[in-house]
Amino acid sequence: MRSALKSSAVLLVAIVVAACSTAGSSPSASASASAASPSAAASSAAPSATASPTADACAKDTLTLTTAGKLTIGTDNPAYPPYFQIPDGTATAPWELGDPTNGQGFEGAFAYALADRLGFAKADVTWIVVPFDNSFAPGVKKFDIDINQVSFKPERAQAVDMSDGYYTLNQSIVALKANGLAAAKTVADLKAFKFGAQTGTTSYDTITNVIAPTSPGMAYTSNDDAIAGLKAKQIDGLVVDLPTAFFVTAAQVENSVIVGQFAPPAGADAEHFSVVLAKDSPLTDCVNTAIAALKSDGTLDSITKEWLADKASAPVIQP
Amino acid sequence: MSITGGPLDTGDLIGLAGRGGHRRSGRRIPPGEAVRSTLIALVSTIVVFGVIVAVVTNAPNWPAVQKAFFDGEIFARSWPKIVEAFGTNIALFLIAEVLILIFGLILAILRGLPGPVFFPIRLLATIYVDVFRAVPGLLFIYVFGFAIPGLGIAGIPVDPFPYAVLALTFVYSAYVSEVYRAGIESVHWSQEAAARSLGLSRFQTLRYVIVPQAVRRVIPPLLNDFIGLQKDTVLVSVLGVVEIFREAQILKSAAFNFTPFLDVALVFIIVTIPVARLTDWLVARDRGRHAGGIR
Repeated sequence: MRSALKSSAVLLVAIVVAACSTAGSSPSASASASAASPSAAASSAAPSATASPTADACAKDTLTLTTAGKLTIGTDNPAYPPYFQIPDGTATAPWELGDPTNGQGFEGAFAYALADRLGFAKADVTWIVVPFDNSFAPGVKKFDIDINQVSFKPERAQAVDMSDGYYTLNQSIVALKANGLAAAKTVADLKAFKFGAQTGTTSYDTITNVIAPTSPGMAYTSNDDAIAGLKAKQIDGLVVDLPTAFFVTAAQVENSVIVGQFAPPAGADAEHFSVVLAKDSPLTDCVNTAIAALKSDGTLDSITKEWLADKASAPVIQP
Repeated sequence: MSITGGPLDTGDLIGLAGRGGHRRSGRRIPPGEAVRSTLIALVSTIVVFGVIVAVVTNAPNWPAVQKAFFDGEIFARSWPKIVEAFGTNIALFLIAEVLILIFGLILAILRGLPGPVFFPIRLLATIYVDVFRAVPGLLFIYVFGFAIPGLGIAGIPVDPFPYAVLALTFVYSAYVSEVYRAGIESVHWSQEAAARSLGLSRFQTLRYVIVPQAVRRVIPPLLNDFIGLQKDTVLVSVLGVVEIFREAQILKSAAFNFTPFLDVALVFIIVTIPVARLTDWLVARDRGRHAGGIR
């Protein structure tokens, strides 16, 4: 067995090295390719500067879709408020906490407004469950567009197409009222406390990059686990995006409070949610055009005001 | 092959190539046949792996998969962070391993106590082993890590690390106690009879006669369980501890690229394979020392 192990180990290493070495030469090429593509070049502040595709290219009948004539939209389940809602308590299976199919909640409403701009009637929109990881796994996508509070990052846009932003968000901190953290006013006040966030989120990045506390941050599987950590006092502060913070303090954790939000200067660097599409999807330009239209005619603004609490109602943590 | 110990020689290779890995002693292989077997094995290996590599790399979506799982730049960039995070796994593993060795042995001895008086203890030990082997370890980690500190008892730690150690210890002790028990039962009854007839107490018999022989025999399966434990330390990630797997998930989500998992795989290969070789070497040395004895 010894020799069999040795030779298979050598082969394994050889395969991995071969796979990596060729991959190693490709990033520069693919990086420049994606920089040239409209999705990566687009910034949040202004509507896409690339030439608008002709109306014909985005006509419903000419679009290449997962299911012909239908717009298949993915999001994760549970679909969390305030992005998705179940106002009357009746949800369509399999959706939990929020039901995307009713068009209620910020992303639910945004999705149907976007679909409408793309020429799809409410009945022509199909929702499917797409866990976060599946939205960027290689291979054929099961969805046409994925709307799942995914923040834009240039690195991410190398793996998938990411649309122009449809919401500029601030990160924020939730703590129990009894915790000393609740009185913090500046970033310096935060250093001594312990923070947690959901793994892989920009909220977790905020702990590492913005707060940089003395004890390392906790990275939970989900926001629900992070809330369990908060309740068990394993963390003093939970870092989430501000709309989620309003939901957490109002509905999920008793006696909790929004300590404050981080308000970086607005602009191209501001964090924003993007629609996720397959890399080089022909639909990306059409989605960007539709988002620009929703911005210019005020639809997006009114959807935001309807479903998300005013940012100004939470204190700002001073740098 | 491994039980022969010693450095790898062509005899091993030839025996493996020609006979499917089972080399019986006694028969000498003619040189011509040996070379022929080796050549056939070599060609066959190259063809098989060549076909696999060709099929994978010619798949229509291979470039995308290659970029998502085997990105050299991301691999290199992730490596230092992955290795640093592995420190948590090492700490978990080392502390849990010591506790498991002790607790598992106690369980095995309790389960083997003779006589009707000890029936309740045997029963409890048996139920314990059954339950902790039946329920997935992940669930115990979840419950221990979130529920116990959630009780709010004054003075108990809130940090999830000790609860993770506790959960891993409880789960793996159940497996390890069974390994010990098999070892204890494999020691011939005459050993105990002889020890008792020499005037050793029951405890002394266990301590000086039975357990030393039993443990020596079960070192390979024990090491096998510990390789399992090394890998299961990643389950602790569900408590929010940023260990190696959670760090990889963070890096994965940052770039929407799965290559950091390859870093993790390599770390575990580097750590685990020497342990496996060490086990083989220990066993071979032990066999060598006791060769010519009753075995």
